[in-house]
Amino acid sequence: MSDVSSGPGRRGDPRRHLREAGVGEAATVSTGVLLDAAVETGEETVETAPVRSNLRLVARRFLRHRLAVASLVVLLLIAALAALAPVVSPYDYNPPLTNEVLDQARQPPSWDHLFGTDRLGRDQLTRVLYALQKSLLVGIGVALLSVAIGVTIGAIAGYRGGWVDALLMRFTDLVLVLPALAVLLILAKNPEPSFFGLFDLPPATEVPGMILVISVLGWMAMARIVRGEFLSLREKEFVEAARAAGASGTRIVVRHLLPNAVGPIVVFATLEVGLAILTEATLSFLGAGIELPDVSLGNLIADAEDTVGTDLSYLLVFPGLVLFLVVLCVNFVGDGLRDALDPRATP
Amino acid sequence: MSASPISWTAPGVRDGPDAGGAPLLVIDDLQVEFRTQAGVVPAVNGVSLHVDRGETLALVGESGAGKSVTALAVMGLVEKPGRITAGTIMFDGTSLVGLDERAYRRLRGGDLAMIFQDPLSSLNPAFRVGDQIAEALLLHSDLRKAEARRRAVELLELVGIPQPDERARSYPHQLSGGMRQRAMIAMAIANRPSLLIADEPTTALDVTIQAQVLDVLRDVQREADAAMLLITHDLGIVAGVADRVAVMYAGRIVEEGSLDGVFTSPRHPYTVGLLGAVPRLDDPRGTPLRTIPGAPPNLLQLPAGCELAPRCPYVVDHCRAERPPLAGVPDESDVSGGAHRSACWRAVELPRLVREASP
Repeated sequence: MSDVSSGPGRRGDPRRHLREAGVGEAATVSTGVLLDAAVETGEETVETAPVRSNLRLVARRFLRHRLAVASLVVLLLIAALAALAPVVSPYDYNPPLTNEVLDQARQPPSWDHLFGTDRLGRDQLTRVLYALQKSLLVGIGVALLSVAIGVTIGAIAGYRGGWVDALLMRFTDLVLVLPALAVLLILAKNPEPSFFGLFDLPPATEVPGMILVISVLGWMAMARIVRGEFLSLREKEFVEAARAAGASGTRIVVRHLLPNAVGPIVVFATLEVGLAILTEATLSFLGAGIELPDVSLGNLIADAEDTVGTDLSYLLVFPGLVLFLVVLCVNFVGDGLRDALDPRATP
Repeated sequence: MSASPISWTAPGVRDGPDAGGAPLLVIDDLQVEFRTQAGVVPAVNGVSLHVDRGETLALVGESGAGKSVTALAVMGLVEKPGRITAGTIMFDGTSLVGLDERAYRRLRGGDLAMIFQDPLSSLNPAFRVGDQIAEALLLHSDLRKAEARRRAVELLELVGIPQPDERARSYPHQLSGGMRQRAMIAMAIANRPSLLIADEPTTALDVTIQAQVLDVLRDVQREADAAMLLITHDLGIVAGVADRVAVMYAGRIVEEGSLDGVFTSPRHPYTVGLLGAVPRLDDPRGTPLRTIPGAPPNLLQLPAGCELAPRCPYVVDHCRAERPPLAGVPDESDVSGGAHRSACWRAVELPRLVREASP
């Protein structure tokens, strides 16, 4: 014991063991050089590799991805504007329709009304900002909920394997082949939704209901991704080592497997935000989902659908552009995260 | 030793009244089968061995002989399609075959610890090294997290890792191979096991690091007063570390005895072949490496008699007809007085046969 803990004298000269093992000084030059190199690199790793957290490593890789960083900045800016809408905007998104307001109707974009005003004289920029609040909430909510569902199902399927896996994955396939839009419309238009008659659910005309509806059909890809990751991860030796250390199945899944699958999960969650915002817009456009006078990007666009080719087309263009910009930025951020979290990427 | 930074809890507990009594681990007629599409593979086919308290038993044999499966069976980690079909494993008075999973979890990583072959793949890449060791501690004690972390650092120091404080905060990929294996050893001995199973602990390491890691392993074993089941195919390691040796071939123990007995007077042709295959420094340059002709038998179609018969230079008709049992052989060189057993019909006359074959 004292030999080992007494320090560098022993560790510093690994060749001593070679001599002991009978490999004399006469070892051929090439082997000698090779061994020296091996010894040196070995020691170097120990002495100089800085302790750097994985998080910082990921952050550094992400920051190299210019487009993703720019997109993240734009997104944060948009989110901040939306969250601070009451402070940022001097107007109300749904003011009482007084004569003063009505007098402002149908004004094209100007410095007073950057996005113009709608047919009732309401400031369109203000309405877009408030709509963004709902859309972003729906996007984030759906991402969280569908990731939760998908990860749970995928993790159980991938870790347990066998008939559990078969059952869960066939169920996933079943949900996957449903005609999504039709099912979403039916769910979203249900005026009094409940969980199989057991308890009431929030209606899809409000944000929580919308999140539920979209999540119901939004988790399948996550489940498949996590299952795939787990199928390969559970064969890794560190899982066996964890088991040999006395860890239970739940502990292995939560503490050992999930952290190793965090990359694909984060990327999926990000992309799902964009997808959910689009789905919400689609549903609202088709007359389901968040209802006026509450505004969402979807129902703003739906409300302006008859303005194409008229002087009022700016009412359609601006919400559309904002929707496009948000989803585009979300996807770029997702791309950047994918690269940053890729374990095979260079540091 | 006295300068050791770590203080083991409750020293001497194991030197109780039964310390000199029954062996720590007794495996009797263990059979493990793997059901594959090609048929049933008897990976372990009637293994019997024992490990005494504090001693090191080396389990030797070529790849596929069933060494690792035997170890996994002891750990209760044989996975489908594998299955223990017969035999008993007694550990410290507890029968391990069919043991309830919860009770098994208490043993694993506690009294019964294992070190795996490849330290890179057996450390979780998403975990700091110190946290992994702390986890092993937390699973088997009610230490607080901060305490466990501090102890993890002590353990890292015990296994000879420089700057243990900083290393504890490293991720596995930031450590060299030797450091990782030291960390694995630290994790395995964290709860002071009475049996340490080391499955080829140095195979994945650079030769220059192997010796250091073996030293550490031997030191912590002595420190923790643990017995060790060392699985390896490196006879040099066996010579340096083991007290006793068991040689496996085709899922069976073919020879077992003290290190001296087996190495100086092997009583099974397979052991003779293994020892003969070790290259020697006093061989003249250009001497071809000696091998054992042929290949291990297909476990799906084991020969009727001795499994080694098709490759054995000393084979007689009896070998092909009936499988020899593992039986005691007289051993004049066995100073320890331990039992030397061999599964060969010609075990007694083998030393003479070997001498005649190679003048």
